[in-house]
Amino acid sequence: MRSMSDVSQICPAIELQDISRAFGKRKVLSGITLTIPKGELFGLLGPSGSGKTTLVKIMTGIDRADSGTVHMLGETMPQLKMLQTFGYMAQSDALYNELTGKQNLAFFGAMFGLKGRALESRIQYAAGLVSLNEHLNVQTSAYSGGMKRRLSLAIALLHEPKLLVLDEPTVGIDPVLRKSIWRELVHLTKQGITIILTTHVMDEAEKCDRLGLIQNGKLIALNTPEAIKLNTGSSTLEDAFIALGERAGERE
Amino acid sequence: MRVRALAVRIVNQFLRDKRTLALLFLAPLLILSLMKLVFGGQAISPVIGIIDAPAALTDKFEQLNAEAEIVLYDNYDIAKAALQAGELDAVLQAGSGIPELMLEGSDPSVNRAILLLVQNATRIEGGHNAPVVNYLHGGPDLAPFDAFGPVLIGFFSFFFVFLLAGVSFLRERTSGTLERLLATPIRRSEIVAGYLAGFGIFTLLQATLIAWYSVHVLGLHMAGSIGSMLLINVLLSLTALTLGTLLSSFASSEFQIIQFIPIVIVPQAFFSGLFNLDAMNPWLQKLSLIMPLTYGADAMQGIMLRGEGWSDLQLDVYVLIGFSVLFALMNVVALKKHRRM
Repeated sequence: MRSMSDVSQICPAIELQDISRAFGKRKVLSGITLTIPKGELFGLLGPSGSGKTTLVKIMTGIDRADSGTVHMLGETMPQLKMLQTFGYMAQSDALYNELTGKQNLAFFGAMFGLKGRALESRIQYAAGLVSLNEHLNVQTSAYSGGMKRRLSLAIALLHEPKLLVLDEPTVGIDPVLRKSIWRELVHLTKQGITIILTTHVMDEAEKCDRLGLIQNGKLIALNTPEAIKLNTGSSTLEDAFIALGERAGERE
Repeated sequence: MRVRALAVRIVNQFLRDKRTLALLFLAPLLILSLMKLVFGGQAISPVIGIIDAPAALTDKFEQLNAEAEIVLYDNYDIAKAALQAGELDAVLQAGSGIPELMLEGSDPSVNRAILLLVQNATRIEGGHNAPVVNYLHGGPDLAPFDAFGPVLIGFFSFFFVFLLAGVSFLRERTSGTLERLLATPIRRSEIVAGYLAGFGIFTLLQATLIAWYSVHVLGLHMAGSIGSMLLINVLLSLTALTLGTLLSSFASSEFQIIQFIPIVIVPQAFFSGLFNLDAMNPWLQKLSLIMPLTYGADAMQGIMLRGEGWSDLQLDVYVLIGFSVLFALMNVVALKKHRRM
């Protein structure tokens, strides 16, 4: 018999099979099939309201698909214990503004079962990653927008997740810091951590290993940034996506 | 022009928020109806037990066309037991000699009504036979505030904890922290339990402070033990806490939490014993049975006015615990809306 970790060695990080989801009568996702191997830096692109966030929530088991199956590291989702394996950063910063940065980190660390010296060292590591060490004892309400975003990212990294799910991670972060965060994200994927992020920024999309473009709840393109540009005969990703979007629109 | 645009915007916002609109028009009607029910019924008629009543005296009561119910007893002990059980408001021992009146005593307005009535009846009967007045609970100095103070203590702990819990749980939702919390392996029941524990500490402090202040600073009549008072106050606050967090699932803004006040809080104030419900239609009185504050207020009055012990309080205690458990479980289910596992 193989242990779970053996299975997850060969299983993809995320496997979606024919996912559909509707809120009332409004169809948000239809027929999405997608496999993301371990260690990939995967970017989800699409206009606002295209269903990116819903898809991310279904991957993680926070939301449930109306039809189709979801597997994370070989496990059928949703499952309570799988919430331990990924770090999630939502679009809103989701911080307790009455608490200090450190208290926020400690609270979420405790949710993941971290305590004592391990918690302390993880807090220092995660805060260092987003350059917040000096501001840890400041109440979060006094943080700037960018600092809140960074703290939010630090919380997602706190429990050494095997999978990072980041919804618009670099909105409101200045270019210098954004660069250092990206360097760190790439570094994390080298260690075998899978990263799934949604973004609007094209030069960030360029840095992803693979991209999925969602429009009106459908996955209309899935490939490496280079291949997407090549297939559409565009010189930039922006042009490629506009072309793809129009093509998909005509088909409908 | 700008004024017009602003006015139009406000009208549009109101039309969008159906609940606020309904509240604006319907809540005053609801509260007015409640007041009519509580204050508009027939007058309170006290129940007086009379022992060894000479026929002349009962006739006098009849003649006075008294708004009182008269029950005749042969035996003082049986009448006294009925008084203690709350079936009678007063016992009049009217044999030969000076009549003796024993009042139940916990409601000053009832006391006054009976005193007036008995004085009238005995005066007509025989000159200066003013009765000797005794009190089972309280005494002649019992002020109206001593009687409804215990209810108010319960009411305000309930009210503030309800608001506080409702708003803070709502914030957890609107700020996105609930979503983030639910992306950790925490169980839904653990969230509810954590809220209970965290707020529980403050409700305990609040209950202690209120109990101490009302007894030692305000000097409210206190016949029972402060320990039981604390217990009831904490249980009542826990009910408010679980109800507040539960109902916050059905509110999308702080404003909508405020809207629960006329719907959830005010009716409880009317039904909980702040006002004498005897004048109300009996089947409407039954409504008070589904209101947590009824049990809290009943227990508080029992402790502070009548010095009731565990055997009298246990039913109220069990019901309050039952309400808290029920609301907490419903809350665990309500959280399914945000994470379906």
